[in-house]
Amino acid sequence: MSSPTKQHDSWWKEGVGKVLTTVSASILILTTLAIIYFIASKGLATFFSNGVSLVEFLIGTEWNPEGAPGQFGALPFILGSFIVTVGSALLAAPLGIGTAIFMTEISPRIGQKVMQPVIELLVGIPSVVYGFIGLSVLIPFLRNSFGGVGFSILAGILVLTVMILPTITSLSVDAVKRVPRDLKEASLALGATRWQTIWNIIVLRSSLPGLLMAIILGMARAFGEALAVQMVIGNTTAIPKSLLSPSNTLTSGITLNMGNTIPGSAYNNALWSMGLLLLIMTLIFILLIRWISKRGQA
Amino acid sequence: MPEEQVDKQVVHASHLNLFYGNNQALFNINLSFEKNHVTALIGPSGCGKSTFLRCLNRMNDLIEGVKIEGNIKIHNEDIYHPQTDIVQLRKNVGMVFQRPNPFPMTIYDNIAYGPRIHGLKDHKKLDEIVESSLQKAALWNEVKDRLHTPAKGLSGGQQQRLVIGRVLAVEPEIILMDEPTSALDPISTASVEELLQELKKSYTVIIVTHNMQQAARSSDFTAFFLNGEVVEYGKTSRLFTTPKEKRTEDYITGRFG
Repeated sequence: MSSPTKQHDSWWKEGVGKVLTTVSASILILTTLAIIYFIASKGLATFFSNGVSLVEFLIGTEWNPEGAPGQFGALPFILGSFIVTVGSALLAAPLGIGTAIFMTEISPRIGQKVMQPVIELLVGIPSVVYGFIGLSVLIPFLRNSFGGVGFSILAGILVLTVMILPTITSLSVDAVKRVPRDLKEASLALGATRWQTIWNIIVLRSSLPGLLMAIILGMARAFGEALAVQMVIGNTTAIPKSLLSPSNTLTSGITLNMGNTIPGSAYNNALWSMGLLLLIMTLIFILLIRWISKRGQA
Repeated sequence: MPEEQVDKQVVHASHLNLFYGNNQALFNINLSFEKNHVTALIGPSGCGKSTFLRCLNRMNDLIEGVKIEGNIKIHNEDIYHPQTDIVQLRKNVGMVFQRPNPFPMTIYDNIAYGPRIHGLKDHKKLDEIVESSLQKAALWNEVKDRLHTPAKGLSGGQQQRLVIGRVLAVEPEIILMDEPTSALDPISTASVEELLQELKKSYTVIIVTHNMQQAARSSDFTAFFLNGEVVEYGKTSRLFTTPKEKRTEDYITGRFG
């Protein structure tokens, strides 16, 4: 059919493509595995080499790694991370889903022309800017309204809410858009109002898996955000007493302390353990998303 | 209005014109539909038969830029009157779509959806409605043991009968069907057509079809649409044997379409 040179030529082209893609994929896999291995070995060293008890780390409330003996209770960080994540998701989910429904069902034209660019802009703003705005606007506002220092869990929740809102909104828009038109028409044709149709068919049924996924991805983002939270949350290591008390998160704990510790020390390893915890939580978020999307297809 | 003897007419469309923006899709439609009969709307694709059907429960309201002139009366009430209650209208005029579109819920919840949105909460009453609606849709015996399984697990023909049952559950008087068997295999089609004969005893059925055998088999009256106009309207038995219009004859004998 073709000359030997041509055949060789096409083998060469095919081969290059194959090699390039395989190498790219391998590098990615190896990097991931290396990171996991590194974090795990460092993070587990706290318990195996430094003799910190896992139970103390998970439920201990005293964080004083430089004391004698050092105390490694990371519960304040863990608690702080969970509270800001859940709190911001609770605020951002209804707002984001409501916005998504407005953009797709109520006023697609405004959605397309105004809301879509606004959301893209919000995604693009760097987290340090969010933190800076929180620091200069939100903190004084909270201080003047509720007293105290202003730096608080509430401030962290509010900053994160704004940060994860675009994630939740744009993923919710996709989920709502995927609802087949004939399901909406069937509901309307049975005499349902537009609102009944939106609530019963779109929100509670057809796009529920997609909406849950949007919320979980938003939560994953909130859980992993370090900089903006660190700027407004106050960074104390006590168990928070109320939403207005300052606190700390796993991520801000790591970023604040990592420069002050000596590699290999128990203090440094304990920060890696917090990193390992973040990694495990991310894994759980991913598993949740996979589980939901599988159930959504069924 | 069909030229033959008239029993009792429930739906009257008169001088109906419909525009999509600047394009006129329906031209001066005058049709009346007989109570407890099946009327078929036939014609080639794009002739306006589905558009007309969707005027009868105001589903065209959902499309932007649709303008309607003339009027449609059901029991002498103009359904395009500004004070018309669309919820009541759509309860009274049910609709079955081209592709089976059960909600992603259980069989039971699909049937109960209509009564529930209209405010019924009583479990016993809902149970009764689900059973009787499925009976009327000739589906009860096939699904009574799995009412609480997802409706998606049913076959295409079963899904379409489920959807018909879902319409019956809100107790309509008129049922509109927009090519209800075009996505079904012949056996499922036969089961739906059989159901039509049962349904017309209690309901007035208006069915759009591009399958002429189906119109001939299952309808009492037929209206032939072409380019947004009604060319001919009469008893099915007469229209298919001795059409008055040349264009009707050409269409039903398969010369175009």
